[in-house]
Amino acid sequence: MGDAVTADGLVKHYKDVKAVDGVSLRVPEGSVLGVLGPNGAGKTTTVRMLTTLIRPDAGAATVAGADVLRDPQAVRRSIGVSGQYAAVDEYLSGRENLEMVARLYHLPAKEAKARARELLRQFRLDDAANRPAKTYSGGMRRRLDLAGALVARPPVIFLDEPTTGLDPRSRGDMWDVINDLVGQGTSVLLTTQYLEEADRLADNIVVIDHGRIIAEGTADELKAQVGGERLEITVAEAERIADATRVLEVVGSGTVEADRHTRRLIVPVTGGTQSLLQAVRAFDEQAIAVQDIGIRRPTLDDAFLSLTGHKAVSDEADDFEQLAGQAS
Amino acid sequence: MTDVRTRLSSTTADDSQEIRTGSLIGDGLTVARRNLIKIRRVPDLLIFTTLQPIMFVLLFGYVFGALAGSGASVQSGYREFMMAGIFTQTIIFGATITGYMMAEDMQKGVIDRFRTLPMHPSAVLLGRTLTDVVNNVVVLVVMSVTGLIIGWRIHHGALHALWAYLLMLLFAYALSWVFAYVGLRVRSPEVVNNASFMIIFPVTFIANTFVPSQNMPVVLKQIAGWNPVSTITQSARENFGNLYALKSGQTHAAVDKQTAYTWALQHPDLYTLSWTAVLLAVFLPFATAAYKKAVAK
Repeated sequence: MGDAVTADGLVKHYKDVKAVDGVSLRVPEGSVLGVLGPNGAGKTTTVRMLTTLIRPDAGAATVAGADVLRDPQAVRRSIGVSGQYAAVDEYLSGRENLEMVARLYHLPAKEAKARARELLRQFRLDDAANRPAKTYSGGMRRRLDLAGALVARPPVIFLDEPTTGLDPRSRGDMWDVINDLVGQGTSVLLTTQYLEEADRLADNIVVIDHGRIIAEGTADELKAQVGGERLEITVAEAERIADATRVLEVVGSGTVEADRHTRRLIVPVTGGTQSLLQAVRAFDEQAIAVQDIGIRRPTLDDAFLSLTGHKAVSDEADDFEQLAGQAS
Repeated sequence: MTDVRTRLSSTTADDSQEIRTGSLIGDGLTVARRNLIKIRRVPDLLIFTTLQPIMFVLLFGYVFGALAGSGASVQSGYREFMMAGIFTQTIIFGATITGYMMAEDMQKGVIDRFRTLPMHPSAVLLGRTLTDVVNNVVVLVVMSVTGLIIGWRIHHGALHALWAYLLMLLFAYALSWVFAYVGLRVRSPEVVNNASFMIIFPVTFIANTFVPSQNMPVVLKQIAGWNPVSTITQSARENFGNLYALKSGQTHAAVDKQTAYTWALQHPDLYTLSWTAVLLAVFLPFATAAYKKAVAK
């Protein structure tokens, strides 16, 4: 199988700001690539270049085999795009929005109507089908926007932060829809600032920060970069921390970190559940009361933190994004 | 959303039909249809299209009519005289909707949607300007009916009248491209609106629209004499047969001579069409380039 999307050394500068500074990536056909990064990392700019909305200053890209720079119309024939700022016409009803998009994909009038009806039902918008989109909730607008991206059943779909700002239930709904698309062989490039989302949906992940790719691989590979499993224990009594530490020095494969205040101890382990059982037995024998014990695998959050030196989402970043959104 | 999942898989599966790039006309009409729906949904725009023309006809007809003299027949004569002027002014104002709505659209996400679709790159502009034509046709019908009610008549038959309407629509269409360009460059709907009024009020008043411009002070008289607004109005008056409606006690020949005091007013159709052609030749490519630039960001 070929690649649905390829990008080689994409660069986009805005005056002095290097929004995207040499991004290369691949989306193998039928797979999901998660582009993970904080606000302002260059995710949206990358998507805008790949979807022919802006021209890169340097680099090359193909989508569904068509050159983004030389044949943008061929690219547009093969893609569906759903953005962070839902691109729906708020004066038009949901039905009118989808019919218009279908007509602009040049579906015959009858087919356009049928397809709109079908998508409205699929995305549970049939009750609101004839209301102007202005009256829709945030989640409904996103669903309508995604439905617009799917009108022509494109083989490649770009989703720019599809769940940012959605409540947990709408987010779960969105994940289901995306999973289904992939199940049918659609290739997806998805940007997100939620590590959980990348973990859930993406076959491969690239981590992007300050316009550059700083890591790539599967979710497991990225987690492995941060380190292996750890055993975490919370003891019931602070006096027993010293005893617990001695146990963990035997069970674990590295230094034991102990926090007196939270009565928590952490040690790297290599034996997985075997190490866990070993520790439980030892604590039992020595009558050390344990409040909580478990094997903890590093999350993508840990990976992101160790790769970028900062958290994936911060309050300041959100504020910055809002300002940027208003300015653009 | 489990139902969504099962249904999706049953429908999105196969039949990847041939998607082609659109034709300018076809896509332009789709965009125009969308704009017309929008006009219906936005009360302000609907009022602009329907009530405002009626108000203008009544306001100008009866208020300025009082200036023409005190007799009823003098005042009804003025109303007949000014109809061509008010047609022209309103239709020119209609062209500014393009600027306003273009600027508004550029601020909305829907332009991004358009740009990722395999549609003709100029379809948004074509659709926008075609919307004005439809809008202007509605405006002309509404005003004509209002005019007929207050005593305005077409004296020279349907063909001449149609030509008068057509000339107005053609000029307004060219002007739509001018305002499309303005809307794309200014980018703020409110500013476009205000700027349009600043320009259009003097342009439509320093003309023969509401008063016989031959009576104006000499500088204004010359400006009015070469103003395309005057030539559209002059042509419409001639074609509707309203040129002699102002009761001046003069012979038709004298009125002809006095009203057509410049070459432009003597050849109003040719002069108006030349303006139309020049505006289109300049602003069609300008607006297209501005659109490309505006969306490239």
